[in-house]
Amino acid sequence: MGVSMIQTGADTAVAAKPGAAMNAPRIAVRDLDFYYGANKALKGINFDLPDRQVTGMIGPSGCGKSTLLRVLNRMYSLYPGQRATGQVLLDGKNILDADVDMNALRARIGMVFQKPTPFPMTIYENIAFGVRLHEKLSKSQMDERVEWALTRAAIWGEVKDRLNSNAMGLSGGQQQRLCIARSIAVRPEVILLDEPTSALDPISTLKIEELIDELKQDFTIAIVTHNMQQAARCADQVAFFYLGELIEVAPAEEMFTAPKQKKTQEYITGRFG
Amino acid sequence: MSATLHPASGPAKDMRVAAALGRRRRATSHLVKFACYGATAVGLLLLLSILGTLFWNGFAALNLRVFTDMTRPPGSEGGLLNPIIGSLIQTGIGTAIGTPIGLLVGTYLAEYAKNSPLANAVRFVSDILLSAPSILIGLFVYQILVVPFGGFSGWAGSVALAIIVIPIVVRTTEDMLRLLPDTLREAVIGLGAPKWKMITLVCWRAAASGIVTGVLLAVARVAGETAPLLFTSLGNLNWSLSLSAPMSSLPITIFAYAGSPYQDWIALAWAGALIITLGVLGLNIVARSLLRRK
Repeated sequence: MGVSMIQTGADTAVAAKPGAAMNAPRIAVRDLDFYYGANKALKGINFDLPDRQVTGMIGPSGCGKSTLLRVLNRMYSLYPGQRATGQVLLDGKNILDADVDMNALRARIGMVFQKPTPFPMTIYENIAFGVRLHEKLSKSQMDERVEWALTRAAIWGEVKDRLNSNAMGLSGGQQQRLCIARSIAVRPEVILLDEPTSALDPISTLKIEELIDELKQDFTIAIVTHNMQQAARCADQVAFFYLGELIEVAPAEEMFTAPKQKKTQEYITGRFG
Repeated sequence: MSATLHPASGPAKDMRVAAALGRRRRATSHLVKFACYGATAVGLLLLLSILGTLFWNGFAALNLRVFTDMTRPPGSEGGLLNPIIGSLIQTGIGTAIGTPIGLLVGTYLAEYAKNSPLANAVRFVSDILLSAPSILIGLFVYQILVVPFGGFSGWAGSVALAIIVIPIVVRTTEDMLRLLPDTLREAVIGLGAPKWKMITLVCWRAAASGIVTGVLLAVARVAGETAPLLFTSLGNLNWSLSLSAPMSSLPITIFAYAGSPYQDWIALAWAGALIITLGVLGLNIVARSLLRRK
């Protein structure tokens, strides 16, 4: 697909070999506490998202893994009563600080949701929407960017002949890949995926998982999942959460073959959760 | 095996009692069903008889002259051109004033204030306005526009209609925006969009068919309003497009003509009533098909 030439400045990086040491952290979470009103949902979280690798976040419902994801792009700030204390460092800057420009932050840290959320506009406009928020591009540059994003999200071939039809007409799996394309079109550094395949059929799930593997060449990825196999397939590093605490974080292979904590072992062998 | 014990204490089940209870249940069921069907039939019959009479008399009086000629004195073959144009102008301006206000208030309620005390107060007042007798709105505009500016006018009529449009648009806008899932909003915010862009570029668009439906229903409602125009634009039997002068309108003309002793005026009143009814019917059909398409 001739056009995947727009650089994110990281194309040349080599993906980590399985079992290899983790890359340097892109995001560092330090002593993070999170509150829904008076209810403490995250307790003293410390961990790193290694650069251009996939971090899988697992744990039973209500363990705080999605909450943590929503801290990383300050999504929680939309809701009064939700607050976070501690530090989330992106390039050494604490993104929890009051003076952070949240729109700029979210351009650097993209998010894809459990349910596909196409906007009520054409496929082309869905992609161009986010780009226009942050960049002024000519028509031809925008065309190029749209094609690049759709290509990277492995959906270009399916939609290239109907870029001007409504995105709501796509299938669920296509919509989700469109949402991923929309996120990467903004050229973020980090992509947060909140159970991105839980509403999809197995074939669409497989496509998304292959895509994640492909995308980590350029992007740092955090994926929340209920599916242990998915974490094992996609993630370089896995973090296990339980009751608002980070119980264990380790390279994926280690986590699933030799977990250090008893709770982790019980969870990944299906004893609870 | 020993005799099975009845699970509940008390006398054994008497099949005759059970059968009697069953008969009673069936009788009650038939009674309720009959009452429902009956009430529906009464309602439908009334509606059909109104529509039937309207169509019968209206179509008999309807001809091209109704649309091309002005209102004239009795016996001189007039039409309804000036009331039709007057109604179009006042309904148009009323909608043009009321829609943006209603849209913004509804957006405020759904996207900004949510359940704050102020929002609840605004919502309450808007709902009261929705069901306020329209003659009160006419009197209100009479006091704030007609009296200070020294006369009845098309402007006053348009403003009165706008006040009726506002709460309808407020309610549908808020309802339609609230139907949108929060994940859609988060998806827009997650791309780094400011809130106003989220609302204007995505939420409004996602709710567009519902909001347009609300506006169409509001138009249909005010197109047939008589009371708020009585004290505001008054009506005008002469040709006048000036919004500063009294302005003719279909409902007022129907009101005046239907009560007159002249056969040709009464016929024109029927024709006018038919025009409004068909117009409102048309708008409702468009509104419903818009909603269904969504």
